[in-house]
Order: sequence, then C-alpha cells, then structure tokens
Amino acid sequence: MDLCQMTALELGKKIQAKEISVAEATKAALDTIEQRDSEYNCYITVCKEEALKRAEEVQKGIDEGKLTSPLAGVPAAVKDNLCVKGMNTSCASKMLDGFKPIYTSKAVQNLMDAGMVLLGKTNMDEFAMGSTSETSKFGAVKNPWDSNRVPGGSSGGSAAAVSAEEAFYTLGSDTGGSIRQPASYCGITGLKPTYGTVSRYGLIAYASSLDQIGPLGKNVEDVAEVYKAIAGHDPKDSTSVKQAAPQFTLKDNVKGLRIGIPLDFIGEGTEPDVKAKIYEAAKILEGMGATIEEFHMSELKYAIPAYYIIACAEASSNLSRYDGIKYGYCADKYDDLTDLYFQSRTQGFGTEVKRRIMIGAFVLSSGYYDAYYKKALQVKALMKKAYDNAFAKYDVLLTPTAPTTAPEIGKSLSDPLKMYLSDICTVSVNLAGLPGLVVPCGFDSQGLPIGLQLIGNAFAEETLLNTGYAFQCNTSFHKQRPNFKTGKEA
Amino acid sequence: MKITDEMIDYIGVLARMKITGEEREASKAELSKIIDYMDVLNELDTDGIEAMSHAFPVKNVFREDVIKPSVDREEIILNAANKKDGCFKVPKAVE
Amino acid sequence: MDFETVMGLEVHVELSTKTKIFCSCTTEFGGDPNTHVCEICSGMPGVLPVLNEQVVEFAIRTGVATNCEITRYNKFDRKNYFYPDLPKAYQTSQLYLPICQNGHIDIEVNGVKKSIRIKEIHMEEDAGKLIHDPWDDCTLVDYNRCGVPLLEIVSEPDFSSGEEVIAYLTKLKAILQYIDVSDCKMEQGSLRADVNLSVRPVGSTELGTRTEMKNINSFKAIARAIEGERARQIEVIQEGKKVIQETRRWDDNKGASYAMRSKENAHDYRYFPEPDLVPIEISEEWIERVKNSLPELPEAKKARYIAEFGLPEYDVDIITSSKDLVKIFERACAVCENAKEVSNWIMGEVLRMASETNTLPEDITFDAANLGKLILLVKGGVVNRNTAKEVFEKMFTDNVEPEQNINEHNLKMVNDDSVVLEVVKKVIDENPNSITQWKDGNDKVEKFLMGQCMKLLKGKANPAIVTKVLLEELQKI
Ligand SMILES: [Mg+2]
Ligand SMILES: [Zn+2]
Repeated sequence: MDLCQMTALELGKKIQAKEISVAEATKAALDTIEQRDSEYNCYITVCKEEALKRAEEVQKGIDEGKLTSPLAGVPAAVKDNLCVKGMNTSCASKMLDGFKPIYTSKAVQNLMDAGMVLLGKTNMDEFAMGSTSETSKFGAVKNPWDSNRVPGGSSGGSAAAVSAEEAFYTLGSDTGGSIRQPASYCGITGLKPTYGTVSRYGLIAYASSLDQIGPLGKNVEDVAEVYKAIAGHDPKDSTSVKQAAPQFTLKDNVKGLRIGIPLDFIGEGTEPDVKAKIYEAAKILEGMGATIEEFHMSELKYAIPAYYIIACAEASSNLSRYDGIKYGYCADKYDDLTDLYFQSRTQGFGTEVKRRIMIGAFVLSSGYYDAYYKKALQVKALMKKAYDNAFAKYDVLLTPTAPTTAPEIGKSLSDPLKMYLSDICTVSVNLAGLPGLVVPCGFDSQGLPIGLQLIGNAFAEETLLNTGYAFQCNTSFHKQRPNFKTGKEA
Repeated sequence: MKITDEMIDYIGVLARMKITGEEREASKAELSKIIDYMDVLNELDTDGIEAMSHAFPVKNVFREDVIKPSVDREEIILNAANKKDGCFKVPKAVE
Repeated sequence: MDFETVMGLEVHVELSTKTKIFCSCTTEFGGDPNTHVCEICSGMPGVLPVLNEQVVEFAIRTGVATNCEITRYNKFDRKNYFYPDLPKAYQTSQLYLPICQNGHIDIEVNGVKKSIRIKEIHMEEDAGKLIHDPWDDCTLVDYNRCGVPLLEIVSEPDFSSGEEVIAYLTKLKAILQYIDVSDCKMEQGSLRADVNLSVRPVGSTELGTRTEMKNINSFKAIARAIEGERARQIEVIQEGKKVIQETRRWDDNKGASYAMRSKENAHDYRYFPEPDLVPIEISEEWIERVKNSLPELPEAKKARYIAEFGLPEYDVDIITSSKDLVKIFERACAVCENAKEVSNWIMGEVLRMASETNTLPEDITFDAANLGKLILLVKGGVVNRNTAKEVFEKMFTDNVEPEQNINEHNLKMVNDDSVVLEVVKKVIDENPNSITQWKDGNDKVEKFLMGQCMKLLKGKANPAIVTKVLLEELQKI
C-alpha cells in the first residue's frame, strides 16, 4: 500500500513503532504533492526544506520519548488563513500575498507541540469568503473526484489535499460551512467544533462570532485525534470556553441514540441523489439501534439572510485593517493618504471580498443598523432557541451538508445570491455556535461524494464523533478513493 | 431596495473602495438583489427578542495587569511597505 | 443682542494601569517609536483582545467617585473609521452600554454652587501617535500609545462659562488623582478635553449649532479657546451667517481655531458589538468593595480640614485641589502636628518654590516629613524663620534632611545671651552716629542697629533675644 493512502493514525502508529521514519513519511507526502498538486492546486505554499528539517527534529523528539502523541511525525497542512510565524500566510488574497506573520496561531502551535510536520499552507477562497475555492488569487482548487468540479469552500484546499492524499490531515476554518461543505464535496470527514472550543488566536478573522477552526481527515478517528489536540481553553481568546481539553475514546455504539431529521434542511433544491443517500444513512443508523424522527425547524429560512448580514458586517470591520500601511498590498501610485487607502484596498481585494465588505458596510451604516444587523442578531437568538428545543428531544440531528454534490468550476460565481443560498444546510449551525460533523455517506449517479451532516448540541463533540465513528465502522464510503489524475502522470 | 449610485459611492467611502466601470453596474444589481433577499427578515416579528451577539453566555474574561515584553520593533514593521526610523511611513496626514 | 454660551465637555483620561487595555505591553510614557508594541496592539491579522481587569476596576472607581450609576451588564462596541493612528481601523469603545451613567460633579465659581451632570463614562483604547517628518514631508506612525486604556467622561451641556469649565476640570483632575486612576498629566496627554460649544441669544431655550474643539492641552488654553470660539460664533451670527457643525482645532499660538478637514469623512462609525470580547457583568459586591476602598475625596477632605484645623477656605481649596499637595500636607502634619503652620508653609514657600522652579505639584520630590521636622526645628528655637526658609530651598531642590543641613552649615540659632551681648556691644561701639541719633529720640535707628547685630550673627540669632539685649544695652547708655 502506498504510504500516503494510510490514515494519520495508521501512519502515527508505524512512526512510533519505528517501522516508518518521519523523514520517509514527509518525503512521501512531498512526492505526492509534487505529482498531484499541479493538477489539484491544493497548496498555496509548500515548505519542502522546512518540512524535511522539521521531520528530523520530530524524529529526534520521538526517539527521545518526548513526542508520544499518536499524531507525532504525521505530515499535515493548514489553511492559508492560519498564521504561522515566518511562513507566507496570504488568505489567498493579493492583499496578503507575501505576508509573513510574526507569531503562530494557537491551533497550529498545539499541533506543533504534538509533533506535526507542517507541509505547507492550503488554498482557499479569498479571505475564506466563498463556497467553491475559486476566488483564490492563486487559482481555483480542483476536486480530486472530478477535476472539472470545485472542491467546495472555503477550505477547499484543505479538503482536496486530504482527498488527494497530499496531506494526512489538515486544518480548515468554518464560518458558515467552510469545513463541512468541502469535506462533503471531497468525500472526506470534517469537524466544525463548538464555537469557543478551539482558540481563534492566529486565525485571520472573517466573521469573529462565527469562525471556528476544525480538522479534516480521512476518517472520524483521525479527525477526533486532531480535534483533541487543538481543542482547549486559551487565555488569549476571550471567547474561548473554559473547559478541560477533551479526552475520550471513540465507541462504536449508537443504541438508543435519538436522531432528529429537520425537514427544512431538505428543501426543493435538494438533489434526489443527495436526499436518497441521507435517508439511507439514517436507515443504517436506525439499523444500528438509533431512533430516527423527522421534525420541522421553520426558522431555518431566516438563517441565510441573518448569517450573511452578521458575517458581512463583521467582515467589513475585520478587513478594514488592510490598508497598505502595516502589512500587505500597498498600491504603487496614490495621490495622498486617502487615496492610498482607496487604491490599496480597491486593487488588493477580489470581487467577492469587496462585495461582502460593501454589504457589511451597508447593513451597519447609519439608519440601517436596526433593520439589518440588530434584526439578524435577533434571528440568531431565535435560531439558537430552535436548536435548544430540538436538542431537548434529540441527541444528534442528521441533515445533508449541501443540497447538491460538487458543482462544475465556473458555474457558481456568476450568481452570488444563488451561491449564498446553497449554504442553507450549514450556516444555521454557525449562528447557534454548534458542532457539526460531516462523514461520507455515498455517491451520486455521477460518482461524486455525498456527505452526511451530523449536528450536535453545544460541547457534545464526543456524542457527535461517536455517532460518526459508529457509522464508519458499519460503512465503507470513507474508504473509497478518487481515481487520481496526476499533473505529471497524466 | 434599489441601490443607487449615491449609495454605492457612500458605501465606497465608508469602506475605502472605489467601484467603477463595468464592476459598478454589476455591483449595484447584485447588491440590490442581495439586500432585497435579506429583507425577508422583515416578515419576522422579533419584538422583545434580545439581540444575541454571543451564542454562549461567557462573561467577565479578564487579564491580569502584568507587563510582558513587547515584540522586537523590527518584527512590528517587518511587513510594512514603507517605513522610516522604526515607524510606519504614510503620506502626510492632514488634520 | 446678548448671547449666552452653552458647553459640554468630553474628557479623555489615560488610566495609570501598568499594561495596555487589551494586551500586556507596558503603558509607560515615552520610549523609542514602536518599542512598546506587540502583534495585538499593532492590529496584526489574527490577533484577539483580552481585557485588562484593572481597567474595569478603575472605571468603577471613577464612576463611584463621580456619583454615577454603575452599569451592571456592559459591553464593548467597535467604532469603525480609517486613520493611520488606528491600526485595526476600529476603536474598541463602548456605545450602547457604557460602564458608568448619570453622575455629577459639583463645582463652585465666584461663590455660586453648580452641579455638572455626567452623562456617561466609557472605557476605550487610545490611538497611536503621528509624527510629521518635515524632511520627507510625510507622516511617521508610532503605536506606543496605541491601546493605552482611556476613560471618556462625557458631561451634559451644563457649562455656561470658561470659569465653570476650569472649575470642573480642576475638580475632576483632583478626584482622578485622589483615587489613583490617572496621573492626569496634561502635558503628556493623559488628560485631554474636547469642548462642545454653542451660543444662543439670552432667554432662548433652543440650543444653537455647536462646534467641537478637540484635544486642548492646558487649562489656560481651554479658557482661551472657549473665549475665542464664543466670540467667533457670535460674530458669525451677527453677520447673519450660520454656525456650521464641525470639528475645529484650537491653535493656541495664533489664538484662533480652524476647521479640521473632514474630506472623505462621513462620520458614520458603524458601531456594532465587539464580537471578540465578552460582556462584563459587575456584581453588587464588586461595586461595594470599590466603594469601601475609595480614599477620602476632595470635597470631604476640604470640609474636614476646615472643621478640624480651622484653616482658611481659600488655603484648603488650593491644597485639596491637588493630591500631591494633600500628601505633603498630611505627611508634614503627621510629623509636626501643626496643621496651621504646615498650611502656611505650603501656601507660602512650597508654592513659591514650585512656581520659581516651574515644578508641578506631582513632580515635587522632597520628603514632606522633612517639612514637618523643619517646622518643629523653628518652633523649638533651633533655627530662626529666615534661616529655615533657606534650608527649605535646599530641601526643595536637593531633598536635604533639615537637621543634618543645619548642623553641616552651622545654621543653629544663637541662643547664648553672652554671645549676643558681645555682638551688641560691638555694634554700639562701632556706630556712634546712630547712637547720637537714638539719644535725640530717633527710634528708627533701633531697626538699623538690630540689622547690624543680625548681620554679625550671620542671621542665626533669635531675634527676640537680640532685641531684648540691644534695648537693655541702649538703656544703659
Ligand atoms: Mg471616544
Ligand atoms: Zn501590545
């Protein structure tokens, strides 16, 4: 078996057992990147030299018994909106092209402490604003299952890299579905943890009240392990929840688990294949001892407008700091200070980012705040209440991750509103701050992966991961691999 | 709501971005459509509902008033396009 | 037509915390540009703020000391605008739920008492410093002050004269210094006042259009700026024109204000709740604890000094207006137990030396206990008053210990009658003309002879003894 086909934990075990060296694993991963990334474009930056050097360091730590994590020595990559000291961190934007952070984000540091070998930074939608990973300054990411299709977004590079075996696991960020939807499109497993569980320190903000970092991997076991490594209270993030780092062992048992299917998640736009596979998955879980019940969550129709109002408002403020002065793109020519701002920002941001900044500035502007922003925060409260009611009855909610499978490249950006509407299954989870897990649950008629979304109550990651784990113990969708088109081999 | 030229200009000033040329007409149309869609919230009666900024009731997160070393100045200005004498350099700021 | 002035004040006070409001950088004044800066206060991508608890404590303290209600549940908001001194392009401040509301400070001007209402006090962060570089004709940006905690104290438009404004600021400054929340050094910008001013015909109840004058940095400049702006607005109205609502900068050198360029500035700050910070809930216990820990405030102290020590109101007013003068007063009193005498020394020598050496009360360095000792030395007849004043000058400039200084320079008062007698005899012998005049009944000569004696005694003699001996000797002639 090709080394890169292994899961992170399988590899970690062999590294601890000295059957595979960290350098060997790192070289294998770098080779795969070399072969495949010219086709899929998962990476913005590959740090070959650093990774090889780091591999030696980690090997030493393992040999000396200092690095004992099951993830020690496993090569991985992180989304390009996570700051890593001295390493280009661009958010896939011309605005931050060449930007070198002077500190490392907490989540990445946690993985470093566990012995991660960082391969590089993955491609994404510019500033994480998008659902297709096409808005990157560094070109669109391609879906390993079909190079004519998008991998989803905004963590498209992180999802495609796992799917294309160019990293054993990755970190992404999820503001409105940006881990879950690409995981679904790429046939892998992804977790968006409860808001406040993983420190956001060092995550370049899109929408502060919704952003959350999470892992993407080949299966639930990998994702759970990475989650355990990155979760935990961080005094540098005021919204980080004070709780002990998670410790649990996955259990293949869903007996008595109450699962609810909110019917509003499966609307008119849902493709029949997607709907069918979601219900089949529910049947499988039922067969394993869970109870399944359908219910209504009528508030869902307000989730998308509320989400876009809040996300754009926060983004318009968060992205104001990019002005050409302290870091990032600075226009060559300008008349004066004001013009410096205008030129740098107009030239530095892409169309979608500008659009969201404009929406955000509008909904916060004098006279509109109450009608839009305040109203959206009230809807957020309603959404939270709707979920509270649901979790009074159910342990886990089961839904599609997206109404469709991966669309073709170039088909989505022309109609932004339509693209926003495709986030129907994911955004409400961010509004309510809840955890969401996506596991592969089948393929459509064209062979494209379909992901099952499991939504948990706040801080119920263990229940969620157990459910996903049990599902994977009884299915093999997560074991299927694309037929790779390699840039070099093809 | 129809987004007018004045509104685009006003928002552009607030956001320090210039929307011109072809992009401008497209922007106006897109923004109008998106804002119209957002107006669906108006059908919802939210009277008496507390606006929720944070999904969880975390409060009183403080830091102790203890000095920690600052960052080396070279790092602070490392990424700046224009700098001079340890400072960021900008065109004359008139008050 | 007679006009009256209506003014409100927004005072920004830099808090004397050790660290900045949202990061652990020092707040120390000065330092090379951008050396008190980290990734957080320079607004690097991905950073998050964590609130300094001391800022909340200081805000509550200030609210209690200015009779405010403390907002039990309060939040931070973002105020969005672009300017190079604001690296995140938003100032983290409080709009919707400020920490203190509805307070007041009572002032007295020319014997008339007045209560100035405080609308609110909110917490926020300071901006950086812009330095004009004349060589490149550009601006250099230094973030050292960026993120230093501020309180913005907003009054209602209750002022009608410059004197009231000054009285309020003096009182406010004293309170803030008493409760140790700020050093209030105007020259370092730790106390800055913005004045909102409008005029209206006397009798009118409608407010005129107001202008705002920003960051005036001394009491004197504030008084001049108010006079100047009032005159300008009246002139505008009398010319039949309209006052424009705008921000103006007072140029104290030119004695005139000018409008600040507001091009591209829509003044639409798009405030919204700061998502990176969580709400602050202040318990009743917290407020009680702060109340109980507050020191005696200026008003109470003033009343006590008058009642307890019988000091003149004028003197007490001046002493209690400065925490540093109060410190000197109380420490000296503790040593000599003579409040009246200490008060006299402060009103006299201390303030004279301070003015001569251009020293602000907060920069006075001598150990006030030594002033107490000096007073005891005078009272005990060890030195006479004039010598004591000389000793005090040394104390003020070099913080010398009085007794040691007196011994070192042999300044002890001569109380030995035989030494005095010898000198008196010598003076009488050497001034026969004066003696003749005295015999002719010219009493004034006594003063001259007295002076001659003191001169020979190098000023150290007890004047009462010299007078006594001189008169005795003259009688003998
Ligand atoms: Mg302010
Ligand atoms: Zn700092």
